[in-house]
Amino acid sequence: MEALIKKRIKQVIKGDQDAFADIVEIYSNSIFQLGYRMLGNRHEAEDIAQEAFIRAYVNIKSFNQDLKFSTWLFRIATNLCIDRIRKKKPDYYLDAEVSGTDGLTMYSQLSSNSPLPENELESLELQESVQKEILKLPEKYRSVIVLKYMEELSLNEISEILDMPLGTVKTRIHRGREALRQQLRYV
Amino acid sequence: MKCNDEIVDLMHEYLDEEIDPTNEMILREHLKSCKECETLFNEFKKTIAVVKGTSRMQAPPDFTAKVMASLPKEKKKVGMQRWLRNHPLIAAASLFLVLMMGSVFSTWNQEREFSVSKQENLIVQNNTVIVPEGEVVKGDVIVRNGELKIEGEVQGDVTVINGEKYLASAGHVTGQIEEVNEVFDWIWYHMKKTAYDVIDIFNDSEK
Repeated sequence: MEALIKKRIKQVIKGDQDAFADIVEIYSNSIFQLGYRMLGNRHEAEDIAQEAFIRAYVNIKSFNQDLKFSTWLFRIATNLCIDRIRKKKPDYYLDAEVSGTDGLTMYSQLSSNSPLPENELESLELQESVQKEILKLPEKYRSVIVLKYMEELSLNEISEILDMPLGTVKTRIHRGREALRQQLRYV
Repeated sequence: MKCNDEIVDLMHEYLDEEIDPTNEMILREHLKSCKECETLFNEFKKTIAVVKGTSRMQAPPDFTAKVMASLPKEKKKVGMQRWLRNHPLIAAASLFLVLMMGSVFSTWNQEREFSVSKQENLIVQNNTVIVPEGEVVKGDVIVRNGELKIEGEVQGDVTVINGEKYLASAGHVTGQIEEVNEVFDWIWYHMKKTAYDVIDIFNDSEK
């Protein structure tokens, strides 16, 4: 897969725009997920993911091809998310509400067609509360937790993506874990 | 009993999958003896499992198309290059045709001068070539930009390019007679000639 990505990047650098479609296809879900977990709603997630891919395309020549492309792409996307969180800090709680409603509509749509089995309903509620707790985390803990446990990246990759020492990444993960434990231990 | 931070640090080391065997032993031993820490440790593990267990998000189905549509436009040249890459046969064929037409047109324009194939008993008067009465000309006769009068016999093909031919009642041609006057005739003639030449090459090599 890395080989395919490398090949596509070379084509894009030569000016072949269509070659970028494969790159988008391969990473669209994980970048969209990063946006959703960081920002809390699908609309903003799509927005930020699109922006991340466009930036990657425009700046592809500055990408060092010896490095992992995904790390570079995640760095662009994470920075965009963090910027957006910082900009909208005043209506932070308002936004958490939005994410709640988002889940509710999803749930009501599903239940109108077919009644959900008990355990699926429970898991949906659980997912909602996890998402809510993630969104309550301060941005610096949120990004490491999302990258580690939702994108399942290694500590080293996270340290490269966030451009911070491994020790700092660890500390943030530990604090994020502690905060989540306090909120989620009784679910 | 409130356990010290050291044990909590070991838990984090364990959860980061970076604990060394000695520390893991210490941690496990402690957890056996300390209910409080065991609960804490289980809560951590449960929290991680719950966070990891959130379902994978899927980007909207038209996501890639949307991204591709909002990219800045690429240069025309590249689009052309890709088209050529994707249609090599058409590209090669049209290139061949263009070159071929070019060369044929240019020879049509260049060859305005009178010329005739060399045969001993052909008589040339100004721009008129005569096959004299009673004579037998062997081989193909080609006249460019001139007239051809056939009063005798030609054992072969006769081609008159950009000119006229008169066949006297006594005249006789064993092969084909062809007059080429227009550009398209000229092209057709060229193509036939090329084809015959190619066939000849094959025939020769077979011999």
